[in-house]
Amino acid sequence: MSVGGGVVAYPDGGGAGHGHGGAGGGHGDAHAAGAVHFTLRGYITGFVAAVILTAIPFSLVMGRPFGSSGITAAVILAFAAVQIVVHMVYFLHMSPKSEGGWNLLALLFTVMLVVIALSGSLWVMYHLNHNMMPESMQNMHNMP
Amino acid sequence: MSETTFPIHESFVAPASRAEEAVSPRAAATAEAAPQFYLTHEHHPENGTLFGFWLYLMSDCLVFACLFAVYAVLGHNYAGGPTGAELFELPLVAANTSLLLLSSITYGFAMLEMQRDRLRMTLFWLAVTGLLGAGFIGIELHEFAHLVHEGAGPQRSAFLSSFFTLVGTHGLHVTFGIVWLVTLMVQSAKHGLIPENRRRLMCLSMFWHFLDVVWIGVFTFVYLMGVLP
Repeated sequence: MSVGGGVVAYPDGGGAGHGHGGAGGGHGDAHAAGAVHFTLRGYITGFVAAVILTAIPFSLVMGRPFGSSGITAAVILAFAAVQIVVHMVYFLHMSPKSEGGWNLLALLFTVMLVVIALSGSLWVMYHLNHNMMPESMQNMHNMP
Repeated sequence: MSETTFPIHESFVAPASRAEEAVSPRAAATAEAAPQFYLTHEHHPENGTLFGFWLYLMSDCLVFACLFAVYAVLGHNYAGGPTGAELFELPLVAANTSLLLLSSITYGFAMLEMQRDRLRMTLFWLAVTGLLGAGFIGIELHEFAHLVHEGAGPQRSAFLSSFFTLVGTHGLHVTFGIVWLVTLMVQSAKHGLIPENRRRLMCLSMFWHFLDVVWIGVFTFVYLMGVLP
């Protein structure tokens, strides 16, 4: 099966009747790498942004310009979120148009599940030790 | 039937008429005059393999989400043992992070060379990527060995169990990525940049960049936030 030709053998596709049939047929392999044309500029932009977005959180934690751990944690989480988007766009070539929008749809669905799994677990279990009320703080300290 | 002149959306396909057409092509010719209830051209996805691989990555994403959730819940259950602030060495983590980030851009260079049909340069950048990945694994194994040697192995506390599971799973992914990369280098060297190899390299590209995305979560959530008091 050719890569770029888009010859996908659906069982009900009726390949013979639609003029798309034939192994290796299709639209040629000049763009076999996929619909997206990668550019050096895109990769360099993504890399520079990623380096900056990585260096700042490390310097924030190693240098501790913010006194509060909470503020530092919130800031580095925000940097991580931005960096994930940068990687998605410039390295994974995500766009609303890739694979006719199905890529983005699958991604959004996954993000939803991830958010539910993470926030739900934390909500229910973060204060598990406290909620289960061990006999004493000493016991809690010795829990696994 | 001839009175119905609704604009039929092309994505509505009447299964019966399509089956009919598949049986006798003549039905297609007569259908030109009558309103059409089926597609004359199938809407193929641009590239089925890449979309399928993307779905695999999304499922992998859920695996990591569960491991992150486990770490989030158990990450502070030290059982009187060492904490992240005592164990983690940020310079080592920074070195690891830069190795993985560099391997991402070198894989990008390999893809650019592949687009230009230059096999030797593609193989060169793939080799650089593999070496950077191997360096990442080397540093991670060194860190793990150091932790276990200090008595902070996975059995020490729930925090360390979840830490080793999360970071170890990521490390295993990178290891298998390197195995895959070497395999593709051999195949490309043998058969050239044929469409099949291009497709495989595209899949590995997504896999490799995806692992870098997961690592962003690991170094932020596990290492940097673990060091914060």
